Amino acid sequence: MTGKIPIAKTYKLFIDGAFPRSESGRTFSVNDTEGELIANVSQASRKDFREAVRAARAAQLPWASRTAYNRGQILYRVAEMLESRKTEFVELLKSIGVNSRSAAREIEDSIQRWVWYAGWSDKYSQILGSVNPVSGPYFNFTVPEPTGVVGIIAPTEPSMLGLISRLAPAIVSGNTVVVVSEGHSSLTSVTIGEVLATSDVPAGVVNILTGDQTDLLPWMVGHLDVNAVDISGISPETDPALLEEAASNVKRVISRQVNEESLELISDFLEMKTVWHPIGR
Amino acid sequence: MGNSNSKDGSSLEDFGIEYASAVESTSLVNIKDKYGLFIDGNFVESSSGKSFKTLDPSTEKPLSVVTEASSDDVDRAVRAASVSYEKYWKKMPGADRARYLFRIARHLQERAREFAVLETLDGGKPIKESRDVDLPLAAAHFFYHAGWADKLEYAFPQRKLEPHGVVGQIIPWNFPLLMAAWKLAPALACGNTVVLKPAETTPLTALLLAEVIRDVDLPPGVVNIVTGAGKTGSAIVEHPEVNKLAFTGSTEVGKLIQRSAVRRNLPLTLELGGKAPHVIFEDAALDQAIEGVINGIFFNQGHVCCAGSRLLVQESIADNFIDRLQKRIELLRVGNPLDKNTDIGAINSQAQLERIDQLVKAGIEEGAEVFKPSCSLPENGYWYPPTVLTGVQQSHRVAREEIFGPVLVVQTFRTPEEALEKANNTPYGLSAGVWTEKGSLIHWMTERLRAGVIWANTFNKFDPTSPFGGYKESGFGREGGMHGLAAYLKNSGGRS
Repeated sequence: MTGKIPIAKTYKLFIDGAFPRSESGRTFSVNDTEGELIANVSQASRKDFREAVRAARAAQLPWASRTAYNRGQILYRVAEMLESRKTEFVELLKSIGVNSRSAAREIEDSIQRWVWYAGWSDKYSQILGSVNPVSGPYFNFTVPEPTGVVGIIAPTEPSMLGLISRLAPAIVSGNTVVVVSEGHSSLTSVTIGEVLATSDVPAGVVNILTGDQTDLLPWMVGHLDVNAVDISGISPETDPALLEEAASNVKRVISRQVNEESLELISDFLEMKTVWHPIGR
Repeated sequence: MGNSNSKDGSSLEDFGIEYASAVESTSLVNIKDKYGLFIDGNFVESSSGKSFKTLDPSTEKPLSVVTEASSDDVDRAVRAASVSYEKYWKKMPGADRARYLFRIARHLQERAREFAVLETLDGGKPIKESRDVDLPLAAAHFFYHAGWADKLEYAFPQRKLEPHGVVGQIIPWNFPLLMAAWKLAPALACGNTVVLKPAETTPLTALLLAEVIRDVDLPPGVVNIVTGAGKTGSAIVEHPEVNKLAFTGSTEVGKLIQRSAVRRNLPLTLELGGKAPHVIFEDAALDQAIEGVINGIFFNQGHVCCAGSRLLVQESIADNFIDRLQKRIELLRVGNPLDKNTDIGAINSQAQLERIDQLVKAGIEEGAEVFKPSCSLPENGYWYPPTVLTGVQQSHRVAREEIFGPVLVVQTFRTPEEALEKANNTPYGLSAGVWTEKGSLIHWMTERLRAGVIWANTFNKFDPTSPFGGYKESGFGREGGMHGLAAYLKNSGGRS
């Protein structure tokens, strides 16, 4: 009788809505707390990173051009999909060493985070924008716009709530992202990618790479088509000199608590645009 | 702006009428032989004894000798700011900080004429601009921010706001006093103390502002002004007790500062260069658009980070538009900045003149056609005539690099999509202009142009209530408006 041998999932990258292996052909192994192999995970290369940025760039304007209402509904849809896969995430988090109570709470908080940011999609611009009373016959207003393509170093701990806390505020306003995840948290990141792939999030809006964060960090901060980097998840041992290349195209460099929830995080990835027009007959 | 209303581009001289100059008197201005550094409420000598000359770029004659701050002097200034923060400024209620800022605004208004003449002498800009733009705006900036000092919790509700402490600020030479106001007013309103460095070619109005600061009895050390060049600036940037940096200047230097700040996770705002597209559609109000283009590129000799330096004109009207533009340029008066009729003053420095000249030559070598009016230039001083380069390709250096002088490059387009593509094809994103009578097209363009400030059917308008700052390599953070306050507060909760 067949069916006794479990079918293990292959953990691959998530680029432009698809799940390719790394072009490098490399993998790294992730073991469970008992030391048993869980998976051989794709190890992304610099070229994979460039492909992901290309996908993110192509997806950015269309994503930002969606109505705020539509983006809000899609973020809410992510919460719905996550809700339906709770059990899977509990098992996954347990396998990488999170106790079942913490795992259950982390998932509830993660779902709530999507719901919270979904509600912000059509509100932050009223809070953050303004009409400005200039001294002269001009109509003058300031509106927030997305910064563009954002690179995110995924926090390793907590792997699920940490990544979702970075992702949701970046994409709610119309940015697109490339995430780099490493170690055990790679499993969580890829599984979140699977949720996003079935949540009406357009291809390329979120791209997830797994591999060595320290290796990929210089390519992320130095890439001229990345507009901002979220380094909240970097290891404290990271050499700060590695971040200097962010200046090559004046990237916005953001560092926050890994699992915060605030309007400020949305505004981290916004640019304020001010428009003047004369008033007359 | 010109000296004739003639529509065919002829000037008064063509009719045998002589031009009569109207030179502003300098009698109000009392320039000292030598200026010290303004540290802890006093003008002091440098520990190194070094100094440098500042000159009038329209005559090349030295105006005064200014002290060069060494890193020891910067250290003294930072310590004064730090002590003053703890001793006075941190404890002072916002309403009292406001009163000092209101006083500064009033003193600037009272002494506006003196400041305007000094600004023109030291920097070379036309007196009508320093009188009508720089001074009124500088005073307005202090007045506007004064009102915020005791209302910050309304701008950022439900936040535990805190100033950074000591702020290091470095400003450029194109709007010396106005940039000092843009930097100082929000920093002080939010409760920070400051070490400010004006540019080495234009230190005098900042030093006169130091006198005002003393006259209004601002507690010693709240504002410290150190003069010098790049080395002095880098001593501020690298000082371990500076808690926040703000820089306005070139993208090149801004990147160096960001490198240093990012390594130390130091709060930073940057207002850098630009290469603003100025888009003219065929249905634009052409007379107004011509004036907008002239103002966009020749205001302050084009020494403006948000200058409309890339003209994108719709192909159907291009020949006519450029022809009319050139006739208008013939009427611009270039010369003595103190003459109230002058439209274009002196180039700020020899170094800048060389850079402009070199870039225009590169443009001609790459195939651009050059137009310069027949105006004569004074013999002494640094001068560059208003210049238009046509036949420019996107790949040409003059289309990509910031010239920061009175040089306009012209390209054409056929459709709004092409205009947008060309407009956004730059690493910069400070400002943009668009002219059309069609409202929906204005909104379509302004929504898609990647720039922090967009002027529609106008150009180069500024106001303290209006946030100013860049996208992409033009920097980050805003100056002015409620948004500008965020840069000077910890934990402001957005609106940056």
